[in-house]
Amino acid sequence: MKKWCYLAAAVCCAALTLSGCNNKEETESLTIFNYGEYMDPDVIDMFEEETGIEIKYEEATTPEEMYTKYSSGAISYDLLCTSDYMIQRLINEGEVQKVDFSSMQHTGNIGDKYWEFASVFDPDNEYALPYFWGTVGILYDTTKVDAPVDSWDVLFNGDYANNIIMPNSQRDAFMVALKYLGYSLNTSDEAQIREAQQLLLQQKPDVQSYLVDEARDEVVAGNAAMAVVYSGEAYLGHEYNNNLAYTIPKEGSNVWLDTWIVTKHCQNVDAAEKFLDFLCREDVAAMNFEYIYYSTPNEAVINSLDPELRNNESLVPADSATDNCEVCTQTDAAVTQLYSDLWKELKSE
Amino acid sequence: MNRKLLAAPYLVWVAGFIIIPLLFILGKALTTADGGFTLQNIAAIASPIHRKALLLSLQLALLCTVICVLLAYPLALIVRSSKLNQQSIVMFILILPMWMNFILRILALQMLLSNNGILNMILSRFSIAPLEIINTPAAIVFGMVYDFLPYMILPVMNSILSIDNNLIAAARDLGANGFHVFWKVIFPLSLPGVASGITMVFVPAMTAFVISDILGGGKIQLLGNVIEQEFSVSMDWNLGSGLSVALMLFILATSLLLGRGQNQSDRGRLLW
Repeated sequence: MKKWCYLAAAVCCAALTLSGCNNKEETESLTIFNYGEYMDPDVIDMFEEETGIEIKYEEATTPEEMYTKYSSGAISYDLLCTSDYMIQRLINEGEVQKVDFSSMQHTGNIGDKYWEFASVFDPDNEYALPYFWGTVGILYDTTKVDAPVDSWDVLFNGDYANNIIMPNSQRDAFMVALKYLGYSLNTSDEAQIREAQQLLLQQKPDVQSYLVDEARDEVVAGNAAMAVVYSGEAYLGHEYNNNLAYTIPKEGSNVWLDTWIVTKHCQNVDAAEKFLDFLCREDVAAMNFEYIYYSTPNEAVINSLDPELRNNESLVPADSATDNCEVCTQTDAAVTQLYSDLWKELKSE
Repeated sequence: MNRKLLAAPYLVWVAGFIIIPLLFILGKALTTADGGFTLQNIAAIASPIHRKALLLSLQLALLCTVICVLLAYPLALIVRSSKLNQQSIVMFILILPMWMNFILRILALQMLLSNNGILNMILSRFSIAPLEIINTPAAIVFGMVYDFLPYMILPVMNSILSIDNNLIAAARDLGANGFHVFWKVIFPLSLPGVASGITMVFVPAMTAFVISDILGGGKIQLLGNVIEQEFSVSMDWNLGSGLSVALMLFILATSLLLGRGQNQSDRGRLLW
């Protein structure tokens, strides 16, 4: 019994001295939560060197995983980067601090267009800082498609029967049909959603398969003429197969936007703001862009790109191409149920 | 007392990983999202979409089981008639694919069968029209047979190899020809193995969802896919559990039928 007492005392002492050390040095630190492979590691070193603020960097794969880890409270995160709908959820749950972006030095590099995208879930642009974004469009094999593709119509007119890959996720598949019909992808009008399902039902015999992750590889391998994919996938696909092209259909599509927020647990708001501002600096944003190759909202970086990259529509879509695009927001319970029922019906045909 | 202690780990295992999860599923299946009692989730199996998925699952699983029996049975007979060292080589080769993860094997199969895949490349070499087999029910059955065949072969072979040679010699002595030896001695004695093989192939084939997703290209919806969808995308755990329970009841009923047939054949063996 005595032995245990000594041991406990020793542990306590050790803990005290350790925490004492921390207090003495008084280094500032930030705990950051981001997707995996979603920031150039050199950027973090650079920030630490320039400011003396220590970064504790954590990664996760999906927004849901981030949410679970965040809300468990085991680690108190200061800054967090995740996808539009999850940011919307965090804002709604009161987990996010307001930040004055206009007072920062480099946030002017972020184009107005992207603040507008963010305003779908952050109406006054007071919480979320755009980081990377992208679109959903058609990746097609130019050797198998005669006319240039500029409309969702190619997926529905039957010309490419059995050569089409559609997304195997409810919202993305319905988005294609809703946009083709000229409706909003965030519609909660049951008639419109049912009309979209009718269209998808008619299309199903022409669809080769419904895939998510493998869609790009199938087009690269020449197994299908076209697939609906995320723009980041399109850029990678082009790297593997030069005959591939990507287009955002003129009817509009879905844009996704990953943003940074400062959580309500953050004590050192100054340091957090320094970090966000640092990310917007041209050289830093360029480093991250070259590491990730998703579309950047940083106009200073876009303007300094090589013409070859600048003209790549999967990386730098023209403003006109994204005019009709919308950010996806979370639907209410009734609409979610409707989507799920209609999707099952579609799959069972 | 000591013996009881030895059984404790198994009790913990059975309770923690079989009984309690089953009770959870049953609990979810019998309640609504608000916690009220309902039979709706289990009755939902009768809705047109779910019934269609169940029937398709049943159809493909039966087809898969029949093909597995047809492949495994002759093989077992061939192995029985071969030399002892050859037997172990055949066994080894059959077990070999099971060393690899089954999802990897299915992904490989997807590449083999795809429109521009290796199978069609070989066919075109011999000027045979390409097969459009990927994303069809045929591809799913192919994948199921490929994955589950060892589970049929092992019990069937086990029962056939363990038939005493003296019984066959005796049958021969009494004037039975080759056909009679098979029909009156080998076949009845092999039935227990066939029956357990059928259970081990039919049940996983009935509940499959990864194979149908990968080889069916997301176009073919089996009951397993519906359940998976309810859990992972629609987040309707109650309905997902209800359908799982309905599927379990269905499989239980099928096994009981099979078990009864098994008993009858035992009795039949005594008569023979």
